[in-house]
Amino acid sequence: MSTTMKSNTQLFMDGILKENPIFKLALSMCPAVGISTSVMNGILLGTAVLFVQVFSSCTISLIRNYIHPKIRIPTYTLTIATWVTVIDLVLAAYVPAAYKAMGMFVRLIVAFAIITMRLEMFACREPLGKSFWDGLGMGLGFMFAMIVLGAVRELLGSGMLLGYDVLGFKPLLFFVLPSAGFFVVGLMMAFFNWIEVAYNRKKGV
Amino acid sequence: MLLVSVLLVGCENGHKFVKKTAFKDTDKMVLTFAGPVDESWASNVRNFSAYEEPDPDIVLTIKETTLSPDKTQVTLVFADPLNTGEAHIISATNILSEGQDLGAAVLTVKKLYIGVLMTIFIGAALINNFVFTKYLGLCVFFGTSQKRGTAVGMGVVFTIVMVFAAVMAWGLYQFVLKPYQLTFLNVVVFIGLVSLSVQGVDTILRKVNPMLFKAFGVYLVLVIANCIAIAVPLILADNEYSGWESFALALGAGLGFLIALFLMACVRERLELAQVPPSFRGLPIAFVTAGLFALAFLGFSGLSIY
Repeated sequence: MSTTMKSNTQLFMDGILKENPIFKLALSMCPAVGISTSVMNGILLGTAVLFVQVFSSCTISLIRNYIHPKIRIPTYTLTIATWVTVIDLVLAAYVPAAYKAMGMFVRLIVAFAIITMRLEMFACREPLGKSFWDGLGMGLGFMFAMIVLGAVRELLGSGMLLGYDVLGFKPLLFFVLPSAGFFVVGLMMAFFNWIEVAYNRKKGV
Repeated sequence: MLLVSVLLVGCENGHKFVKKTAFKDTDKMVLTFAGPVDESWASNVRNFSAYEEPDPDIVLTIKETTLSPDKTQVTLVFADPLNTGEAHIISATNILSEGQDLGAAVLTVKKLYIGVLMTIFIGAALINNFVFTKYLGLCVFFGTSQKRGTAVGMGVVFTIVMVFAAVMAWGLYQFVLKPYQLTFLNVVVFIGLVSLSVQGVDTILRKVNPMLFKAFGVYLVLVIANCIAIAVPLILADNEYSGWESFALALGAGLGFLIALFLMACVRERLELAQVPPSFRGLPIAFVTAGLFALAFLGFSGLSIY
């Protein structure tokens, strides 16, 4: 049944590092630019995405043998939409202030390419256990990237982390401005590329 | 004052002595009278009261009133900026003109409907451009902005699908979801609707204009992966837009996306020839470019047409 030889741990770690949705696959960039202004936003949206990814992967994996190939994409979309509605209502009820700060992004998870991609590439052929670990890895990878972006922007922009004053001064106020999101993501990507290039050159010598 | 204004609504609309009412700037209203009014009456703020049509309980604070030199125009200055998209009701007590009491008046101040539509349209296209100020649809934006031809194709197809989907979403929301209190199903219904419109446009285009389909067909699939396609129906449901307003929003969103794609494609075509540092090649430099565009689009934030 299973087509991958990877172990569960490997699947899990791939999602976080080797196939990180934001830094490596460059998918779901909208929240990375739009609301990565603080670590808290990253944690909350990350949790929401993690929830939707894991539950959608498990659902699709469970019913994978009953889905007609021709209607598989609409099936994925509706499954995701259902879980998004669930997490949307839960967040709106329990953390209304933070929910408001995230604006429409929680409901827009439904259009995030990363979740549909994982369902199409993985969950529709793999058994429940593997799909669960893959979903967990991808969701945590997204959360990790959002937290890193949020930490960089919050620390450099306002000198704070999770609302606590860490630095005592504001190095670059520019970083927390909404329109700086593009610059921050661009610079982070360039930074990772630079490390990779430097690392490869070192290894080559 | 509140009681008077509430009682007067409905039994009298307008006043024959008042010629025109209009908004001015963001916090002023101008009432034009057919003849001169007394300064002692006009300068007293307590002679006027105002509220937004849907919320009669919330009385807006009028900071001061000024009378024009020819005494026919009274400008009401409000303490807070007005929501000029909404109709406002002004009640004025006993208008005094040259010592004569002309009775009370209840006046409606609202923008021309075409003005409201234009505001929504321009707002969606430029001021709140979905790509550069709301940061939506970025995956498709970066994916299809490499060449100008692709950019225009994607923008046009997206606009067509968006208009179809938004008008249907409005109908479904106002006549099915809201009356039956199913608004919590918004996300599920709207994403299904967008997929359906894509399928519909696909089928129609294939039959009606096969040439056009050959050129633009590939972009149709990408529309579903675009967050703007689901954001527009959600916005029009949240703001309770009417049919025409939904149409204006969708058209504005589509045009704004087209503008963003085209501008970006022009720059990226030139970037191909530029000497970019190796670690910035590809997406990183595209993001920095988009950041510069986002800063430029901030300049539209002060734009106000009506």
